[in-house]
Amino acid sequence: MAGELPTTEFDEIPDELLDELEAIAHNRTEGHVQMVQLVDEEGHFHNGTRFSERARRLSRDELRGLYRDMAIIRRFDVEATALQRQGQLALWPPGRGQEAAQIGSGRATRPQDYIFPTYREHGVALTRGVELGELLRLFRGVSNGGWDPTETNFHLYTLVLAAQVPHAVGYAMGIQRDAARAKATGQEPGDPAAVVAYFGDGASSEGDIHESMVFAASFKAPVVFFCQNNQWAISIPTQVQSRIPLHNRAKGYGFPGLRVDGNDVLAVKAVTEWALERARSGKGPVLIEAYTYRQGAHTTADDPTKYRLTEDEQAWLEKDPIARFEKFLRAEGHADDEFFASVVDEGDALAAKSRKEVLAFEPPTLAGEMANVYAEAHPLVEEERAWHLQYEAGFADAETQEGGH
Amino acid sequence: MSKQIFNLPDVGEGLTEADIVSWKVKPGDTVAINDVLCEIETAKSLVELPSPYEGTVLELLAPEHETIEVGSPIIAIGAGTPNPAGTTDDGGATPSAPAAADAVAEAVNAPVPQLQEPGVEIAPLVGSGPKADAVKRRPRKQQAAPAASAPAASAPPKAAPAKAAPAPASEETVPAPAVARLLTRVLAKPPVRRIAKELGINLAEVPATGLRGEVTRADLVSYQAQREQEIAAAPTFWEGAKKPQDERIEVIPVRGVRKATAKAMVDSAFSAPHVSIFVDVDASRTMEFVQRLKKSRDFEGIKVSPLLILAKAVIWAAARNPSVNSEWVSQTTGDEIHVKHFMNLGIAAATPRGLLVPNIKNAQDLSLKELAVALNDLATTARAGKTKPADMQGGTLTITNIGALGIDIGTPIINPGEVAIVAFGTIKQKPWVVSGEVIPRWITTLGGSFDHRVVDGDLSARFMADVAAIMEEPALLLD
Repeated sequence: MAGELPTTEFDEIPDELLDELEAIAHNRTEGHVQMVQLVDEEGHFHNGTRFSERARRLSRDELRGLYRDMAIIRRFDVEATALQRQGQLALWPPGRGQEAAQIGSGRATRPQDYIFPTYREHGVALTRGVELGELLRLFRGVSNGGWDPTETNFHLYTLVLAAQVPHAVGYAMGIQRDAARAKATGQEPGDPAAVVAYFGDGASSEGDIHESMVFAASFKAPVVFFCQNNQWAISIPTQVQSRIPLHNRAKGYGFPGLRVDGNDVLAVKAVTEWALERARSGKGPVLIEAYTYRQGAHTTADDPTKYRLTEDEQAWLEKDPIARFEKFLRAEGHADDEFFASVVDEGDALAAKSRKEVLAFEPPTLAGEMANVYAEAHPLVEEERAWHLQYEAGFADAETQEGGH
Repeated sequence: MSKQIFNLPDVGEGLTEADIVSWKVKPGDTVAINDVLCEIETAKSLVELPSPYEGTVLELLAPEHETIEVGSPIIAIGAGTPNPAGTTDDGGATPSAPAAADAVAEAVNAPVPQLQEPGVEIAPLVGSGPKADAVKRRPRKQQAAPAASAPAASAPPKAAPAKAAPAPASEETVPAPAVARLLTRVLAKPPVRRIAKELGINLAEVPATGLRGEVTRADLVSYQAQREQEIAAAPTFWEGAKKPQDERIEVIPVRGVRKATAKAMVDSAFSAPHVSIFVDVDASRTMEFVQRLKKSRDFEGIKVSPLLILAKAVIWAAARNPSVNSEWVSQTTGDEIHVKHFMNLGIAAATPRGLLVPNIKNAQDLSLKELAVALNDLATTARAGKTKPADMQGGTLTITNIGALGIDIGTPIINPGEVAIVAFGTIKQKPWVVSGEVIPRWITTLGGSFDHRVVDGDLSARFMADVAAIMEEPALLLD
């Protein structure tokens, strides 16, 4: 059903090409087409590639850290979903199933890199050191952002699909220009930095992505396009978004594109590290298609059982990124029951802490908003703010109503 | 032990209600935070509601399989440790029935706490979101008014309009008349509505010319221009007798379309001897036919009116009486009659610039649908004041639709260069005798003026009778 493609628009394409394109499109559902994978579904590690060499260099603590990140972000995701169901958040986009794609790519970045997320990169936020409770301010409607992006180089969530990608390319071009100026003026250049632009398979259909890739290619901008293909753009399957595997599109723009098993945290990390190093060294952009699956709903306002089959969901659950990595860690002797139990405790503690923080968020006040109109004090706004405060204070129930509108 | 109430949250975006499919807990059960309480079905999805509280379930406040409004209380949970009355140490794990009842009774009587812990609000954030806030004015402090006016004299007046603003909208919010208004609603696009509102024009009074009967912006502009000129001038139109006579006469130079119209009418009226004849027609079948066309899928989005049938009838009748579709040409070698074997059908149109008669070229080749489209285009172009000179040249026969203005019939003057013009009177229900009985029928009057140099009385009569025959029975067009 998901493989059914609209065909009438393609009548003028020779039959052979159409057959070939469709064959590729259909084969994709097997999940093994030209895909970088290091740890298979049974937790077995596969050696012998440039990426496996890279992954083999990871220490035991680093490997454990990857598991910990994935497990606690999933626990946090469960808590946030529950908070929405309890009326404490207006909306929540669950990330369940995409932990390896997010943690693997996030852990591949360096502090000087800059990240442009969508609204679902909770795992990446964790790797960048964003206080997770802060993510929930936006979804509780008490803030337009929630954290200071300059502290972590993790940009604010962007709710408009694909809108962050042109920003990311612009930022990357800015990095190039800063470096050029530093060189011209004889200043000490900082550590080379790159940008990661996150987007999904649905956003890949938007014009912003095309423009971004054209500019990134033309200027060899240091940006990694990280597309999490989670198979579903709300209710539209990827096969409808693109007749050919998404990473193939990079060829048309003139830079490399490759698909990685998005449920294999080691493969994602290795591939993203390679792409970032390439970008930082001035060789230009890379498109990474992380082939994964959104196990949950698009958001808490969505019901995926209406448009996809339980068998398909079950098949993907067997490829679960966390269960697979646990098998790998146990098989290689990197972790034991004690470690896994401690991760569960850590997740529960994080969830409880986040819940407490959410319930304690102060609602924003109009006066506070007025204080943020200009970066510096503005006499007219200040006058209006003073008047507003006095006006609000004039109500008999001012103490209980302050800020509530 | 304090009671905590969980109100039905909005689990989607902007949902207003949900059905509880099944309860997963019962009074007396101990629940922890995020334990599933029940499954609910909304317009969007089937979801499980996790408990926001830990404690003992005191009461289920909403039954299964009933639609509950978002924000309504659905369950009461006792805070903290379970009620001691519900826990027995003598081996029985379940609370006894009376004890549970006590717990419920106690819970019902217990005051509902506003806060679970200091600084933590428990009211659902979005529980009452989609519902409109109750109209309730917040009380002002008694001494607040003088205090507020103290710092800046201009401040309080600024606040007053903001408070008063919502009041005029009350007329729009009464539900029952709103439905009635929707049914009789005049069609118009939002920007047109806005302009009408700003100008204080009732859209129902504006003649609509849009393709689907909607009032267009041009209609509104034209209506407003006319209204301004006429209505605004009305009270000052009459000048007192004390004024000098020459000041009581307004001089309007004759220019442009007015001048051209005048010249054409004089040329026509005084060079072509007119003969006019009239015929009453039972157009009931034409009206039925028009109704059927309007409903037909083929004519979807195309404006269909009785004028379309008349136009077709005129083309049909002209072929049977060719002399009406001709021109009187005076040559130095002698006069000639040029019979046109094509129909450039002129339609007299009232426009902001005055009367114009653009024509539909080669109308004889058009199907009924094509003719309908051509009529619409012609009218739209003329009304927008965009009719080109070429559109008005080369006409062979004209229709003037004076019925659109509510006039029964008149004597039309022939468009110069042509020898016949048909006037279309208004169609209205009148008593009509059919088979000896008086019944209401849709009656119109057709008028025709002809250049007697070309068209004799019998020919004009045959032509008009043919046109009338089609209006009485449009099926003859299939002939």
